Amino acid sequence: MFIRKLGALSLMTLRRTGRMGLFLAKTFFFAVTPPLKFTQLLRQIQFIGFQSVLVIFLTGAFSGMVIGLQGYYTLSRFGSAALLGPMVALSLIKELGPVLSALMVTGRAGSAMTAEIGIMRITEQIDAIELMGLNPLRYLVVPKFLAGIFALPLLTAIFDVVGIFGGYLIGVKLLGIGEGTYFGEMANYVRMQDITEGVYKSISFGVLISWVCCYKGYHVGFGAEGVSKATTQAVVLSSVLILFWDYILTSALF
Amino acid sequence: MIITENLCKSFGDLKVLNGVSLQVEKGEILALIGGSGHGKTVILKHVAGLMKPDRGRVYINGKDIYSLRGDELEQLRSRLGFLFQSGALFSSLTVFDNVAFPLREKTRLSEQEIREKVLAALEQVGLKGAENKYPAQISGGMIKRTALARSFVRNPEIMLFDEPTTGLDPVIAHTILDLIKSIHKDLQFTGIIVSHELSRVFQIVQKVAMLHEGTILFVGTPEEIMASSNRAVRQFITEVFDSRLRNTLLGEND
Repeated sequence: MFIRKLGALSLMTLRRTGRMGLFLAKTFFFAVTPPLKFTQLLRQIQFIGFQSVLVIFLTGAFSGMVIGLQGYYTLSRFGSAALLGPMVALSLIKELGPVLSALMVTGRAGSAMTAEIGIMRITEQIDAIELMGLNPLRYLVVPKFLAGIFALPLLTAIFDVVGIFGGYLIGVKLLGIGEGTYFGEMANYVRMQDITEGVYKSISFGVLISWVCCYKGYHVGFGAEGVSKATTQAVVLSSVLILFWDYILTSALF
Repeated sequence: MIITENLCKSFGDLKVLNGVSLQVEKGEILALIGGSGHGKTVILKHVAGLMKPDRGRVYINGKDIYSLRGDELEQLRSRLGFLFQSGALFSSLTVFDNVAFPLREKTRLSEQEIREKVLAALEQVGLKGAENKYPAQISGGMIKRTALARSFVRNPEIMLFDEPTTGLDPVIAHTILDLIKSIHKDLQFTGIIVSHELSRVFQIVQKVAMLHEGTILFVGTPEEIMASSNRAVRQFITEVFDSRLRNTLLGEND
């Protein structure tokens, strides 16, 4: 009995994973073949990107400030408080910037993507699009998918810069490290490779968020309860996958 | 011409369609009647290609719709109009933009030509002056009429109506059915209509099919079904007319 249940569960998981993979492959195919719904794309970049700037700004500032504070006291124990600049910059550029931006975008825009597509599904709007001879993936999902890929690296860049200045505020203005030391050491230690690593990560998180959130909306259950369940699942799954994928990328590639 | 051949469909353990074969001649409207939850909508969705049967085929104008791909399927769908039970209007677009949507997306008409066509369609369904309202701001009857205008604005050869009168008061329900009749007179489409408004629907259609426990129990003209001696057919028709009478009487008492 137990083995049978285990088998059924494994098969179901495998089937779901396969369906998600197929969804990603189809979306990717439609994203690289014309026509592209350009106005939809701009609207989505505005929604996922521009409208997330404030929340990214706030989280970036406070993250930078707290690393500045924690980093200063930790580094002081080893007598290397002068290295606060590189520490703040590297932690933000390589890890915290991409990961925290992605988590914030998941909460703000990802959940909205799932709810929007889910409501369109349960009110038969997606069927209506299909019956007009339009491809719902091309019309609804591809713009969100591409907007995620464009917006995430830009938001991450804003997060990093604001965070570095947050660290500066604490390290230099509050705790008295020299301004030249903070930025000078940063220029010595941060390599181009660190920055590209962060960019790659944020692009892949953009793909991940749009993929999971659109998939969950597209394959929503029934009624309002179905939409609320799908939204919760989308946020939880995206967040876990972001951290999982972050580990994989960090350990395998860099 | 629409032909369904031995359609079978199950959802999990629930067998909904169990060998449904129907034929609707060119220019003819068929009323599909039967108890709630017997799979009438499921048949319509199969005819539109929104669902795939476990077994069986659907032919539209001689073409097996499940074998069509890409452009061929798109072409077929451009000749098909579907009125959803919920209306399935795009909630982010106004009444005008909803009706204009299929023209903007799927034709090369100029904005001026689109405007003329949309206003003519809205006038035909009695919605002149409501162009700039959003679906959330209009009544159920207006939503159905907007959806009706959207479904025939491209002059389809085939039209499918999923309970066009459900949830509407008798006066509005009759208006909608009269509209369908006048549109049929103009366009001479081939259609299937799912409805419980038997008395009015029987005046519009040429043929009636009754679905019972997953199979077609009866096909014939409205006169033939009214004269049928089959027990299940008689029972259904008496029940519908009784409940209509009851509703009318209750309405009068109110």
